[in-house]
Amino acid sequence: MTAILQAWHRFTAALSRADGPFRWIRRGWRSSLLLRITTITLGSSLIVLTVLGVTLLSKVTTGLMGAKEDTSISEASAGLIEAQRVIEAAEASPTAPSPARLVDAIVAGLGSQGGSPTQFDILLLAAQPGQSLPERGTNLVSTSSIDAEFRLALIADRSQLWTYGPIRYINGVSVPGLIVGAPLDIPSLGDYNLYYLFPLTQEQQTLDLVRGAVLLTGALLLVLLTLIARLVTRLVVNPVREAARTAALLAEGQLSERMTVRGEDELAQLATTFNDMASSLQQQIKQLEELSRVQQRFVADVSHELRTPLTTIRMAADLMFERRVEFDAATSRAAELLQNQLDRFEELLVDLLEISRFDAGAAVLDVEACDVNALVARAVEQARPLAIRIDTSLDFIESPVSAVVAADSRRINRVVRNLLDNAIEHSDGKGVVVTVGADNDAVAITVRDFGLGLRPGESGLVFNRFWRADPARARTTGGTGLGLSIAYEDARLHGGWLEAWGEPGQGSNFRLTLPREVRGTLVESPLPLVPENFEVMESVDPSAVRLDAIPGPASRGFQLPPRSRRS
Amino acid sequence: MQVHEWHHERMNQPSDSGSLGKVLVVDDDAALSEMLGIVLRQEGFSAEFCADGSLALDRFRAVQPDIVLLDVMLPGMNGIEICRAIRKESGVPIVMLTARSDTVDVVVGLESGADDYVVKPFKPRELIARLRARVRRGDDEAAQPLAIGDLRIDVSGHKVARNGELLSLTPLEFDLLVCLARKPGHVFTREALLHDVWGYQHAADTRLVNVHVQRLRSKVETDPERPEYVLTVRGIGYKAGPA
Repeated sequence: MTAILQAWHRFTAALSRADGPFRWIRRGWRSSLLLRITTITLGSSLIVLTVLGVTLLSKVTTGLMGAKEDTSISEASAGLIEAQRVIEAAEASPTAPSPARLVDAIVAGLGSQGGSPTQFDILLLAAQPGQSLPERGTNLVSTSSIDAEFRLALIADRSQLWTYGPIRYINGVSVPGLIVGAPLDIPSLGDYNLYYLFPLTQEQQTLDLVRGAVLLTGALLLVLLTLIARLVTRLVVNPVREAARTAALLAEGQLSERMTVRGEDELAQLATTFNDMASSLQQQIKQLEELSRVQQRFVADVSHELRTPLTTIRMAADLMFERRVEFDAATSRAAELLQNQLDRFEELLVDLLEISRFDAGAAVLDVEACDVNALVARAVEQARPLAIRIDTSLDFIESPVSAVVAADSRRINRVVRNLLDNAIEHSDGKGVVVTVGADNDAVAITVRDFGLGLRPGESGLVFNRFWRADPARARTTGGTGLGLSIAYEDARLHGGWLEAWGEPGQGSNFRLTLPREVRGTLVESPLPLVPENFEVMESVDPSAVRLDAIPGPASRGFQLPPRSRRS
Repeated sequence: MQVHEWHHERMNQPSDSGSLGKVLVVDDDAALSEMLGIVLRQEGFSAEFCADGSLALDRFRAVQPDIVLLDVMLPGMNGIEICRAIRKESGVPIVMLTARSDTVDVVVGLESGADDYVVKPFKPRELIARLRARVRRGDDEAAQPLAIGDLRIDVSGHKVARNGELLSLTPLEFDLLVCLARKPGHVFTREALLHDVWGYQHAADTRLVNVHVQRLRSKVETDPERPEYVLTVRGIGYKAGPA
């Protein structure tokens, strides 16, 4: 039993470490409960049936042979007594027969009791071979049936002995048999051995029949057990498989998918519980969808309601602004302030609506082939007046290879302009460098400034709504504080990354990486986030740690995982 | 804040009411309508008003405006439906006023036949620039007839024919075609077309161009799926064919 267990362990170990021919077996083994249970049932049934079969066969054999031995030995004993009686009669007779005749008489006498067909054959052989004594046998039985070992054992023992062995005939036929031998002393001739040879043909046939029956029954049982195990497992596994399939459909968004409930057993309970869970999920998702729909509707309504009066105010303010030279100084300044603040108010409104559109999942990509080199070049030219006003240099290094991506150019343009405005505003007059890089899978844009930079931890915060590096800092461009948040959402919508790096006093670097195809897989960016002349800090910069492992919208990291948003 | 000098000059000119054209303002907001009226008259347009969507079509027929300024959200009949109804009987320039710049809203508006749109809140000079671009017609220089392949364009007569068959284009579609045909083979970026045809000074919504190119193609091309006259140059813009 331990040997079997060891073999089993070796087999499973071979399966689990195998990576060559066993791989598919291993995969099937691991993935199919049905296969596993069927195989285990097959294996254990085989062992049990083998043990049972062997036991049964040995019992039958012992029983059958035991009976044969008993009858054979008593038959032989009776024959021996009969032979001694014949010898004594012959010895007592006045006319002593010749030795050959005596031996003939004994063998014929005994042999005639064998019945027809004969139950046994007889051999009467001299105890010591080589003596010229007459030897006789019945029915062509050959003297070679008796081997020397048995003959010597008889001589040594001088009592009745028996053994199993083949009975050979002169015509070459050989059958399994039981041989009982006993020493017979014929005073006028010498020491003889009398052998009774019982052919076991009958018993052999019986045993063969039993063995065949056992093997057949065993094989049938094995097949049946395997089938039963398969059937029972199916009964259990099928509902589990159905649950798995239904769960997969639910996960795909087919919320009305349900399991069929049969009976009241544990599996029916599983199905019922599963269905309850699905219903509750469906209801909650419905509620959320409804909420989101109401929210979107509300945003649209607010937008419209707010924008119409704002348009009128805007036009009125514009009209007054145009005529401010006709007003006194205070009113004139008031008209100017009104105009400026209306601009800011509008920007804020536009950004807020954009953010709420992202939150509602209502933002839609308008994808087209977009040449990032050309787009960035245009954005740089548009940002140049601001750079000149702040007196900072603005350089553009375009990608030497084609930088065409499938993207929403309006959104990408907005991201780039946001990054540019942000960089120029924080450049401290020390210059801004914009770089476009591309490889086979992605296109990246980096916007590097050499201004104040970011303090440790701040690179994770810059994309937060209304976040400002230093609230005390004067605003130059009067941004709404939502620009980078919107840029982040725009990048995310494309399945791209928007990341930030910064060091106090060393400036900062913002990198936008876009997959060539929308929602394509991003593995790495064609451009480094940490500037190349900054390797020293790379390993110790805590602010450049990727934060994508932190869950929840509240802790949005600067690293954008290339996961698509469900909308 | 930039100072709009051109605006200022114009305001000091004597207001020649209606010289630039008649604008029908379809908007249910009384204050906005009145304000629009003030600005339009100041800029040399004359203005007529309609506050109810269901009356807009009758009003349009009665006024016969040179341009329609149409709010998308209206009581009675919404701007999209009005736009479709007007387009059925006239190619008059239509500029939509919309509170939302959402893709769907704008695209549906443009596909219903609007030439241009202005998102609230807009600056008056933006609106005026849009309107001017749309009524600028007629001041075309004594133009030579143009041709793209089998397409014959009579610039001064505002007619387009393909193999002798006259095609019915709106003024905007005509302008777009003429702009492309004037420089055969030259690739126009969407931004350039926005500047030349719509009168935009700054980068604007390029979907405007896409939608109108599709509309133009559906009228001039024998198979709009495989255009022969107005060709797309992938990643850049459009040009007049044949390549």
